[in-house]
Amino acid sequence: MTVTAELSRDGKQLTISVKGRFDFAKHLEFRKSYERKDGKMPKSVVVDLKDATYLDSSALGMLLLLRDHSGGDRSDIRVVNSSSDVRKILAISNFDKLFDIS
Amino acid sequence: MQSLEPLTILIAEDCAADRMLLSHIVRRQGHEVLTAAHGADAVDTFRQQRPHLVLMDAMMPVMDGFEAARQIKLLAGETLVPIIFLTSLSESEALARCLEAGGDDFLAKPYNPVILAAKIKAMDRLRRLQATVLQQRDLIARHHEYLLNEQRVAKAVFDKVAHSGCLSAPNIRYLQSPYALFNGDLLLAAFNPAGDMHVLLGDFTGHGLPAAVGAMPLAEVFYGMTAKGYGLPETLREMNAKLKRILPVDMFCCATLLCLSFQRRSVEVWNGGMPDGYLHAIATGERKPLTSRHLPLGVLSPQTFDDRTEVFPMAVGDRVFLLSDGVIDTCDGDEQLFGVERLRQVFVANRQPDTLLEEIEQALRDFGGDARDDVSMVEVSLLEAAQLSPPALVYSDSGQSCPLDWSASFEFRAATLKRFNPLPYLLQLLLEVHGLRAQSGALYSVLSELYSNALEHGVLGLDSSLKRDASGFARYYLQRNERLDALQDGYVRVHLQVTPEGKGGCLTVRVEDSGKGFDVARALERPLDGVRLSGRGVSLVRQLGRNASWSDEGRSARVEFFWEALA
Repeated sequence: MTVTAELSRDGKQLTISVKGRFDFAKHLEFRKSYERKDGKMPKSVVVDLKDATYLDSSALGMLLLLRDHSGGDRSDIRVVNSSSDVRKILAISNFDKLFDIS
Repeated sequence: MQSLEPLTILIAEDCAADRMLLSHIVRRQGHEVLTAAHGADAVDTFRQQRPHLVLMDAMMPVMDGFEAARQIKLLAGETLVPIIFLTSLSESEALARCLEAGGDDFLAKPYNPVILAAKIKAMDRLRRLQATVLQQRDLIARHHEYLLNEQRVAKAVFDKVAHSGCLSAPNIRYLQSPYALFNGDLLLAAFNPAGDMHVLLGDFTGHGLPAAVGAMPLAEVFYGMTAKGYGLPETLREMNAKLKRILPVDMFCCATLLCLSFQRRSVEVWNGGMPDGYLHAIATGERKPLTSRHLPLGVLSPQTFDDRTEVFPMAVGDRVFLLSDGVIDTCDGDEQLFGVERLRQVFVANRQPDTLLEEIEQALRDFGGDARDDVSMVEVSLLEAAQLSPPALVYSDSGQSCPLDWSASFEFRAATLKRFNPLPYLLQLLLEVHGLRAQSGALYSVLSELYSNALEHGVLGLDSSLKRDASGFARYYLQRNERLDALQDGYVRVHLQVTPEGKGGCLTVRVEDSGKGFDVARALERPLDGVRLSGRGVSLVRQLGRNASWSDEGRSARVEFFWEALA
């Protein structure tokens, strides 16, 4: 598994970790990681990119899908542990205006 | 696969008794049987009846089994027709010959019906597998052919759309991989009515046709609004709203938009999600990065979209260079990216500005990168306004309903001035007057000059002398945005009057503002064709319009346009 999802004990925070290249090949896995059977979405989502080596524009699209799924402008999504290369890509697209990136 | 479909099986055997025995066994297993008494007979029968499988005796008169097998395999082509040799030979060399001649298996005499049935079954499995592989291969080839054809057609259509703009203008140079569009890259350029040039380099998410579908609506908005005289902010807002409306959530378009004004010698830039572009000042050699400050088009709602642009001064000969991420993301064999630093090295090594694009292309090749299909680069240079001739607009109406004697007044107040650009509407109204169409460029330039003077120097009270140098230029546009955001009151009034005169007519334009006015006498003292960055507006109005005058301490400007009888 290159995309893993873990729900916090209180069920309020979902952490999604992506390993390796974050590109279109991860599309299904990524979507499955947050689409839950009960249709409910935890309050906050953390996308952990510690082990992500690369990110392309379709990955940015996937982040937008996640944001849309968890409430759009009302969503609370943090993107954490991004490498300097990945952060550069996020910066060019100005995704820091939509996501809390650290 | 258990219940074997009946096959047609050719039995080639010169010994009549053996032939009958074998036919009997095979028939009892449910297959149809064809027989041949020697190799040549077998080849003939195969040619005429195309059996599924052949049981072939090795030693036969006229033509032996080996030669017959070779010929049958040749006739069968890509289709697998299994040949099982019937043989009493037992030396391994002879058995190997059977397989070399194209046989797929052999069966030793005397015949064991159970083994024969098993072998027929196994060969049938192979035969079907081969048929399936061939069928799928052909299907894929056909789909691929369709896809290429669809791309060819779509590309032909889109090339027409893209080239309906002014990409062939003498100040534009560009390089694009042939199918860049199908990797989402889009390059458009067009003149607005004042002769300013709008350029868009965009990059849609994704690959293939899905990445190309957004290009049409985007191009439509770009050309339509540029031709009508809308500025970058309005065009951007419309593009963003349209893409947001029609694209799925995970699709968007990174884009850089430029407005090159040859008269004002400046470039207005909006970059959302594209790599840094560069503004190259030829005199100093400096390359100023044009950095992405916005989210891509199609992400934000119309309410939250940010249309703020930056304006930079340019001198004649200065160039703006834009590129898509395919350039810096080109990988070498070890997955190393070409990167911004290598691009900079090409800039530094460049001696002939005109060969820059080719040098970058060469550097990408030398880097050993796979030739990517999403490499787009464009370079636009600032020429003297007179060196470019925007194409004349084509009108399709008859001219019978042309209004010739009327006047109209408009007052645009603070809340409107913040976001609305009235110039396209005013221009469209005026171009109903056929006599004015030949000078639509001058008319639009003068209108937009008077309007922006009234707004920026009048209502917003900005000091035009700020624009004397490059850093002041940036400060000026920063202040402009701040003051416009904070604007509470003030107005710009536009009065238009059209009167017939002889067989032609006259248009009088008056523009008034609520500002403090300016020292008219001093502004008019300046030479008409100064190359300063500031104060160009007034001299432009005086050159393009007739009888330009200012009254009410500069708060009211007046200018006329005449036309003669139409041919």
